[in-house]
Amino acid sequence: MPKDTSAPATGIGAATKRREDIRFLTGRGRYTDDINLRGQAHAHFLRSDVAHGRIRSIDTAAAEAMPGVIKVFTAADFASAGGLPCGWQVTDRFGQPMQEPKHPILADGKVRHVGDPIACVVAETLDQARDAADAIVVDIEDLPAVIDMKAALAEGAPKVHDELTSNLCYDWGFVEENKAAVEQAFRDAAHVVSLDLVNNRLVANPMEPRVAVGDYDFATDMHTLYTTSQNPHVIRLLMGAFVLGIPEHRLRVVAPDVGGGFGSKIYHYAEEAFCTAAAKALRRPVKWTSTRSEAFISDAHGRDHLTRIELALDADHMFTALRTETYANMGAYLSTFAPCIPTWLHGTLMAGNYRTPLIYVNVKAVFTNTVPVDAYRGAGRPEATFQIERLVDKAARELGADPVELRRKNFITEFPYQTPVAVVYDTGNYHATMDKLLEISDRAGFEARAMESQARGKLRGFGIAHYIEACGIAPSNLVGQLGARAGLYESATVRVNATGGIVVMTGSHSHGQGHETTFAQVVADMIGIDAGQVEIVHGDTANTPMGMGTYGSRSLAVGGSALVKAAGKVIAKAKKIAAHLLEAAEGDIELKDGTFSVAGTDRTVDWGAVCLAAYVPHNYPLADLEPGLEETAFYDPANFTFPSGAYACEVEVDPETGAVEILAFSAADDFGNIVNPMIVEGQVQGGLAQGIGQALMEHCVYDETGQLLTGSYMDYAMPRAEDLPLFRVDHSCITPCTHNPLGVKGCGEAGAIGSPPAVVNAVLDALNRGGHAVSHIDMPLSPARVWAAINA
Amino acid sequence: MQSFDFVRPSSVAEAVAALGAEDAQPLSGGQTLLPSMKQRLAAPAVLVSLSGIAEMQGLRREGDSLVIGGATTHATVARAARTDFPALAELAGNIGDPAVRNRGTIGGSLANNDPSACYPAAALATGATIVTDRRQIAADDFFQGLFTTALEEGEIVTAVRLPIPQRANYQKFIQPASRFALVGVFVASYAGGVRVAVTGASGDGVFRWTEAEAALSDRFAADAVTGLTVEAEGMIGDLHGTPAYRANLVRVLTGRAVAAAG
Amino acid sequence: MTKVTLTVNGKAVSREVEQRTLLVQLLRDDPASGGLGLTGTHVGCDTSQCGACTVHVDGMAVKSCTMLAVEAEGAAVTTIEGMANADGSLSPLQQAFQDHHGLQCGFCTPGMVMTAAALLAENPTPSESAVRYYLEGNICRCTGYHGIVKAIMAASGQDMPAMAAE
Repeated sequence: MPKDTSAPATGIGAATKRREDIRFLTGRGRYTDDINLRGQAHAHFLRSDVAHGRIRSIDTAAAEAMPGVIKVFTAADFASAGGLPCGWQVTDRFGQPMQEPKHPILADGKVRHVGDPIACVVAETLDQARDAADAIVVDIEDLPAVIDMKAALAEGAPKVHDELTSNLCYDWGFVEENKAAVEQAFRDAAHVVSLDLVNNRLVANPMEPRVAVGDYDFATDMHTLYTTSQNPHVIRLLMGAFVLGIPEHRLRVVAPDVGGGFGSKIYHYAEEAFCTAAAKALRRPVKWTSTRSEAFISDAHGRDHLTRIELALDADHMFTALRTETYANMGAYLSTFAPCIPTWLHGTLMAGNYRTPLIYVNVKAVFTNTVPVDAYRGAGRPEATFQIERLVDKAARELGADPVELRRKNFITEFPYQTPVAVVYDTGNYHATMDKLLEISDRAGFEARAMESQARGKLRGFGIAHYIEACGIAPSNLVGQLGARAGLYESATVRVNATGGIVVMTGSHSHGQGHETTFAQVVADMIGIDAGQVEIVHGDTANTPMGMGTYGSRSLAVGGSALVKAAGKVIAKAKKIAAHLLEAAEGDIELKDGTFSVAGTDRTVDWGAVCLAAYVPHNYPLADLEPGLEETAFYDPANFTFPSGAYACEVEVDPETGAVEILAFSAADDFGNIVNPMIVEGQVQGGLAQGIGQALMEHCVYDETGQLLTGSYMDYAMPRAEDLPLFRVDHSCITPCTHNPLGVKGCGEAGAIGSPPAVVNAVLDALNRGGHAVSHIDMPLSPARVWAAINA
Repeated sequence: MQSFDFVRPSSVAEAVAALGAEDAQPLSGGQTLLPSMKQRLAAPAVLVSLSGIAEMQGLRREGDSLVIGGATTHATVARAARTDFPALAELAGNIGDPAVRNRGTIGGSLANNDPSACYPAAALATGATIVTDRRQIAADDFFQGLFTTALEEGEIVTAVRLPIPQRANYQKFIQPASRFALVGVFVASYAGGVRVAVTGASGDGVFRWTEAEAALSDRFAADAVTGLTVEAEGMIGDLHGTPAYRANLVRVLTGRAVAAAG
Repeated sequence: MTKVTLTVNGKAVSREVEQRTLLVQLLRDDPASGGLGLTGTHVGCDTSQCGACTVHVDGMAVKSCTMLAVEAEGAAVTTIEGMANADGSLSPLQQAFQDHHGLQCGFCTPGMVMTAAALLAENPTPSESAVRYYLEGNICRCTGYHGIVKAIMAASGQDMPAMAAE
């Protein structure tokens, strides 16, 4: 069935509409909370309302006697289970492994943050479970809580984990060997610019709260967990091998439609292990659905760094050295990938887009009595970018240089480029993205617009930032040396059916990214058939090859490459079959628009006939070739991909109230080749909204006793439609990635990485133009903070 | 939420009788009460719905006043008060969001007296009369601090009578998460003088800014309040704004309300 | 338990519910446990902020997580499952969401569509700022609202000047 060339293009580069939209728009998506198994019971967790305390006793007798209650679980029920594992071991400056505390499913002996689960009631209905939880009597001896990171490291500070020597998880130096040379460069510098800053603690807040449904089949000894996960295979591996001792062939993990993740659904959570174990213990399915309030005290948080950064420049304003000291909050326990975020996903990005020859990064990771902190959209890279791009802007102001020209002067221009922080940028063209940015943001017209604002009593500002990102963390043998306890490849199976239709089983997971559409575009394009003939299956360990899931902007670069590799194997085999059918040499067979032909002749056989021959091998080279047409590939990248871009934000500040309005936001990104421009733009727009949210609104705040002050949408502010403009997004600057077959780079996190410094730089530009000499304001730049800075 | 009994009377008299039960509480639009019950911060034994009481619905003009039934939704006020009292219509159209405005009611808002709610500012600035099942209460006597009013146990706000000002405007500066008022200022100008009521700012709830009232009664112009100072002491300080910031907003928003009132 | 009778997506239904049952629970719960199994309406928060649960009650947008099922006695409720054309194809508003990439993860989408439909019923040709204003009670974490605003404008038959500049 040759492709209908009159139909709209569906291959690589086409802005194909998303097929998954149909079910979401008609209310027929299938999210985890939509799953109700026969005989299902409901779980409700009793969570700690104090940040730190010793559990003296838990009396569940009254609760167990309540109507509908099946069982009340406590830590004693999980004595034989392992703790929730950490997937990355960081080695400190002195060659020692990080301190790694145990993380029980239910609090054992101590509670360490507000929200730490103490007990779980399983009842016939959710209301009954909640009613009974109120009847559990817990006697907790309050202990002093440590919330502030520097206080947590002070001599004699209360310890979050009694068995550790201190609250310091690790003290990491990178590159330790550069430290002396960096210090010398600062002594030799013509100018030194420094900045103390906060990367504000955030909560990812995908709109779908987490859900877990555990099921167990006694007849087959098979466990099934339905869960809101970005990586079901990783959950199966971690939970099966480390927590519950279930071999993988007895455990199936399904992540159906997932309503956003942004990192928070990467990790293995206690509730997943609980529901899986409880289903077996109670011989019936057990379901837990998080409320939003519960999500705030149980989903891993993001960011939360305190940093001092310094830049050395020579007399010509060339950067000569950079050094930083960062305190990174780990929270009360190590979430699955927490230790690598402030280290390998942060320190390695500290060169930014600049030819700074010497860099030293120090990171102290600290335990506190707060919810665990892990990756959130960008993960380490927004923290790096924010530091660099704020500092470069500050340098420009202090030196009287144009912020664009200071950046341009120091841009890396030759690729591949070996940074002093271990990574090699394969491609990029930072002048091109900056040029494009200045064009689409109309920087030239800014002064006139600023005058117009001034006439209305408002302060207008223009801020820019340039970013570099590292996506698709790899290769596995390298990350293994860096402490990863997992591989970072991806997988795909391409199964061709007898009549030519294709099912692709991918190890990537879509929770908004649109893989069902874009992955089909890739395969269809390679074969030359309509994308409608390709179906994408993901999210179920029972029918997809072992894959690492979706995070870190890796799906197309890594998962897509696995897909290309598997489809390539299929095409190679199909060509052999076609050669047989056409009685020609394999090397002479060409595939175009779904038709195989013998080069230089008019002899052809179409895709469908070849597929049929593979499964009905009557006329088939059985001696040389197996029947069937199905291939699996695993792809382990040679390097990260390095998308980059230039962002500009234009704001208006109301000096009387401190209110900041975003008038325009422009993004010029280099994502390499583009498979579906509509989806790429959507990813950028969504990232921008979250980055603008971080810059202006979002802040997760604890009081000094460890109570969460922003525990609901009444106090944790996220952008609404009114808070944002239409975005100007451009991705026409293309330097293809040199080491993956599609030449693609990640695009999912860019918006959240590049935008916070652009927003803050814009607000500071507005204030300084208005005669207010303000050098820095910590995020979020709430009206109150901006007003206070103006009136300081 | 915890379980409760539910009754839906069709008259005020029946509602009052039903509210005589132990731990009974009226349910109007439920936009505050139901979330509180979900969080188990409130657990009434009996909920008496006011949504089926026809006599508590709607708006009517009575001389120089607008009388609004206690169970009238914000959306209805936003639509129906547009001609008679545009500043009030605008205030109502800015409460919460469209779905909240379709359920939330003026009586519920006044009875709850959330320190950041909008309606208390309008009621206080207009010198409104709160009509209950048993008496009439002047707004100046009605609001008695955070979530506290002159209402007795089981007493229902059946209507509100708001004298229509010659000029009025409400300025709301939103708290970015809840979308309640971080500070809201209602300025109402009458033949007899100007009244200014402030919500969101004070630790004691809605209040009248009498210095501004005096200045504006003397001269109704935005710059009449520029020179006044608002004491930060007693203002709410939280993660959305310090007392000093709120005090500043009170002054700025009052000036803007005056300018917008024309 | 109380019996509640209402119309959902044009169909008369009657169920025994607890007094504390929220409208969204009645809609979403499994038929085996007394619900209607209409899982298109979602719950994204517990403070009546996010709007994922928005449905129409007697033609008005309402947050079904902040309304008791017993309060819907006699009401006509429309959910996302009732928004497609009679033949099951996407309505023009739904189609506009697909055309303009107005959704990613899809979780907030039912509420967005219900709110947008209520807006267009009130105001058939809203300005961009009117659209943004009306969406105040619906949070999307994926799209930055860009595609949503475009979709609603397009569904109202309007071009946006800014769209041409992209």
